[in-house]
Amino acid sequence: MYNGGKILIGIIVFLLFAAFPFYNNIGKVSAKPEPKLDTPVIQQLAEKKCVEPKEFMKAEHMQMLNDWRDAAIREGKRIYVNSEGKIFNISLQNTCMNCHSNKKEFCDKCHAYAAVKPYCWTCHIEPKEKRS
Amino acid sequence: MSIDRRDFLKLAGLSTVGIGAGWVLSRPGDLLEASQFLQTKGLLHAKQWAMVVDIRKFKTAEDYKKVIDACHRIHNVPDMGNPKDEVKWIWSDSFEHAFPGQESEYMPEEMKHKQFVLLCNHCENPPCVRVCPTKATFKRKDGITMQDLHRCIGCRYCMAACPFGARSFNYRDPRPFVKEPNAEYPTRMIGVVEKCTFCEERLAKGLMPACVEASNGALIFGDITDLDSEVRKALANNYTIRRKSELGTRPSVYYILDIPGGDRNA
Repeated sequence: MYNGGKILIGIIVFLLFAAFPFYNNIGKVSAKPEPKLDTPVIQQLAEKKCVEPKEFMKAEHMQMLNDWRDAAIREGKRIYVNSEGKIFNISLQNTCMNCHSNKKEFCDKCHAYAAVKPYCWTCHIEPKEKRS
Repeated sequence: MSIDRRDFLKLAGLSTVGIGAGWVLSRPGDLLEASQFLQTKGLLHAKQWAMVVDIRKFKTAEDYKKVIDACHRIHNVPDMGNPKDEVKWIWSDSFEHAFPGQESEYMPEEMKHKQFVLLCNHCENPPCVRVCPTKATFKRKDGITMQDLHRCIGCRYCMAACPFGARSFNYRDPRPFVKEPNAEYPTRMIGVVEKCTFCEERLAKGLMPACVEASNGALIFGDITDLDSEVRKALANNYTIRRKSELGTRPSVYYILDIPGGDRNA
């Protein structure tokens, strides 16, 4: 093999460089995101339930928001009947954020952790929050 | 033990059914299918919403301002402060600009300088809908030419297609230019086209459009296919014109013109 030594050194340097994010983060644990639910509106609820069960909302809220969007805008259907038969007004600003008025402590917690940047808030107005 | 052809086919058939059933049962979307979407109870129904602008009732600058402000305030329409970036849902302009080709130099002075309230015509045959490459703008069942801004890619074909200049492009981020945002309604973002929606969010609650409510009877709104509607009565009792009806877009906004002083030769 011509220049075997140089090639091997090159490969090692490349691997060290490419694997930098892995060994740099070994042993460091970032805190698990814990979205907060203690808003005044949620505290007042007799039954602390979202439009669908918690586990479903955790996994599927993005799909659900898309379905809400299409139903409200494209089909003009602005009422959502959930799996228990309860009725909700379809609106991100007026329904979702009415309860979850703590966007920074709720939405942003997981979104920042997962490094996703949903562009809801370029148009939809986020609730006013006291900076804590 | 070897398996013969018949048994193999039976087994293959059963496995396919089993896999299909397992997939259907294990899908997480089940709850979404158990739920359903309905229209609001108070929703006002129509086959084609239409508006009649009684221009005789617009006299002072205040009459125009209150109608325009009512709309722009609740819909978070930004005030960009310069004509190039202007965003408007409802505005006013002269006869010559509103009805080009209809003017003449000998028409009554009052009419020549009269301002006309202009807005999206919610055409029955809307060219903006035809050209939209993403179907972001579309025709609703009740005749409203609606936009799904989530889908708008800002290509501005609709602006080129609309003969009425009813569409505005957000050349800049509109957020800082909305003075008192209405927290119940979204704003828009840079790079999308917007226009009047005939207040479909208010119709869903059983309310008349904001401009109609603020106009004190100068704007008449209703279903043009309904013989007993206010718009049909206004159209039956007055001579009305539409903007550029010769283009065949079939606008749904009609104008009752002023007859200054009536017939002076009579």
